[in-house]
Amino acid sequence: MAFILKKAAISALVALGLFFLMIGIRTEAGSSGQLIYWTRFGELAAMVGAVFAGSIVIELLRRWIGPVGGVELPAGVRATFATLGRLLAPALLIFALLVPVIFYKERYLLDLGILVLTYVMLGWGLNIVVGLAGLLDLGYVAFYAVGAYSYALLAQSPLPLPHLVDGFPFVAFSMEQLGPWAFWVLLPVSGLLAALWGVILGFPVLRLRGDYLAIVTLAFGEIIRLVILNWQDLTGGPNGISGIPRPTVFGIPLTPGEHGFAAMIGVPFSPTHRLVFLFYLILALALLTNWATIRLRRLPIGRAWEAMREDEVACRALGINITTTKLSAFAIGAMFGGFAGAFFATRQGFISPESFTFQESALVLAIVVLGGMGSQLGVALAAIAMIGGFELFRGLDQFRMLVFGGVMVLLMIWRPRGLIGHRAPTVFLQKRTEISSSLVKEGHG
Amino acid sequence: MSAAATPLLAIRGLRAAYGKIEALKGVDLDIATGEIVALIGANGAGKSTLMMSIFGRPRARAGHILFGGRDITALPAHEVARLRIAQSPEGRRIFPRMSVAENLQMGADATPGSAAERAMSLERVLKLFPRLEERMAQRGGTLSGGEQQMLAIGRALMSRPRLLLLDEPSLGLAPLITRQIFAAIRALNREDGLTVLIVEQNANHALRLAHRGYVMVNGLITMSGGGMELLQRPEIRAAYLEGGRRA
Ligand SMILES: Nc1ncnc2c1ncn2[C@@H]1O[C@H](COP(=O)(O)OP(=O)(O)O)[C@@H](O)[C@H]1O
Ligand SMILES: [Mg+2]
Repeated sequence: MAFILKKAAISALVALGLFFLMIGIRTEAGSSGQLIYWTRFGELAAMVGAVFAGSIVIELLRRWIGPVGGVELPAGVRATFATLGRLLAPALLIFALLVPVIFYKERYLLDLGILVLTYVMLGWGLNIVVGLAGLLDLGYVAFYAVGAYSYALLAQSPLPLPHLVDGFPFVAFSMEQLGPWAFWVLLPVSGLLAALWGVILGFPVLRLRGDYLAIVTLAFGEIIRLVILNWQDLTGGPNGISGIPRPTVFGIPLTPGEHGFAAMIGVPFSPTHRLVFLFYLILALALLTNWATIRLRRLPIGRAWEAMREDEVACRALGINITTTKLSAFAIGAMFGGFAGAFFATRQGFISPESFTFQESALVLAIVVLGGMGSQLGVALAAIAMIGGFELFRGLDQFRMLVFGGVMVLLMIWRPRGLIGHRAPTVFLQKRTEISSSLVKEGHG
Repeated sequence: MSAAATPLLAIRGLRAAYGKIEALKGVDLDIATGEIVALIGANGAGKSTLMMSIFGRPRARAGHILFGGRDITALPAHEVARLRIAQSPEGRRIFPRMSVAENLQMGADATPGSAAERAMSLERVLKLFPRLEERMAQRGGTLSGGEQQMLAIGRALMSRPRLLLLDEPSLGLAPLITRQIFAAIRALNREDGLTVLIVEQNANHALRLAHRGYVMVNGLITMSGGGMELLQRPEIRAAYLEGGRRA
């Protein structure tokens, strides 16, 4: 305890030294250029006090949950924590399902929920590439953009496929004929196009690892954005694309009027319906990503991703095909990014290159790293914490990034492996009699 | 046993290099079906390079690698593995965050095989290394060095190989563990008829175990002969036994 107090006192002292001039004395140029200054010792004292208290809290927390041994919690407490941990994921899911019911009247919260879930989905998608396959991808936003623009362009531009062959009906088909089904038809198309771009990115970086891979993927993200920005004829350049078709409840539009969804089910129309629908839509998409990841981890391809993250040389020695393993990770990760992009486009009704900057890639990557590189629950928690935290600190304006950075640093000190660093194994076997069923089930080459 | 008419593995005039550094300068080596062959040599002689070039990295610049009479020199690693050549690489290289069971499964994933065959290989591995069975759910990285080596060999065996390549399985292990591992290799050879190429710096154990041995110096085979016969030669005793690991 004495040690903690001493450490806190030292931190407070450093803070005093640092902040004395920064906060304690405020200067400004007066009307005739003279120096005006006044003291703010009250704020200074508050700041130093906060550092002192914060330091104690940090130190205590570090001892509790820190990576270095520290205080052992009693067995009972630990068991309780373990149970809580196991219940956390189902509880979160139930809560998510109930959000539109509980917060039906709070449009702002519904919107925020949709935003959080979008990032949960992006986090889960990038998690396949970074968390499972260990490929540091700094350009994930590219696939988000490809998905969004694929949907926007295909759905909205008249784009009648040219009459290549006279009289062949299929070729005369126009996307506009999709009508209310545009989103549902084009969602998979957008995902597939993004996956294709994942493979296109994957090929040149097959031999790259670590920092080099990071730089090339970063450049790739920027290139996609710049192409979108400059290809004005197609993408509208900086003006973006507006009037993107909104989603329909499987063909039934969420509009007022007799053909709208509200009229169909016989309730008065409300714009909130669309929000609720979007909420469940992105929840379903995110859960699809999660389900696919969990399934893939149990298949040879998913195991190969994780093994490649652990040791690429060993994989080669075992005869794992590194090329297909890498390309499939890029492609599948990109596909979910593309789905999220199509969702983003249909939700906003308007997209422009501004939504697809490097900052988005960095944010999604931060979510994955913070979540624990591979943990599904961790990524979800990190997305909630980061996006929610961003909203929480909205009032802080320019300090928002500072707080964000500080929290990241602190979290990485306490939990260097991320919020949930634990990795659940996917192959279980204890006794020889169980082998044939559990070990071998899905191992048909 | 001597090299039969068509050896299982035949290496002919193999040359391989890392950039300008030539690591293999024309190597000839034969392994007959059912044989244990030891390849010994000092650190940096090119032993690991030879093993890895069978898996295509580094690629051969000249010469041929024939497996069962088929030229596999240009095959990519995953196709070499499908021919059921398995490898326990230098430094073991197990997957540290994956469980023992997952590590073993990884060995089985790359080659085709029925569920029953997989179950049989697993049973065989666990019979050879009963310690692994107790540690199935443990993470690979938390195993002791000896257990990691057992896991690396077990993982290679999961593909039911026709030829097993072992790179320095005794590296950094206590003598007792080394003996256990060598006993397991002998059992695999005697009971299952498995063909083994074992690379070692420490010639004593390896040559006692092997039917035949090759000595490699600076990317060239300088001597070959029966295991015990090589062990008797004074130049081998001087270079690879008493003095230990002199370069
Ligand atoms: N990845 C590599 N890049 C460059 N040179 C290498 C590489 N691996 C090995 N070498 C060189 O090739 C030669 C043979 O190495 P190696 O096959 O590992 O020897 P050994 O296994 O007999 O100790 C050495 O001179 C070594 O420095
Ligand atoms: Mg070596």
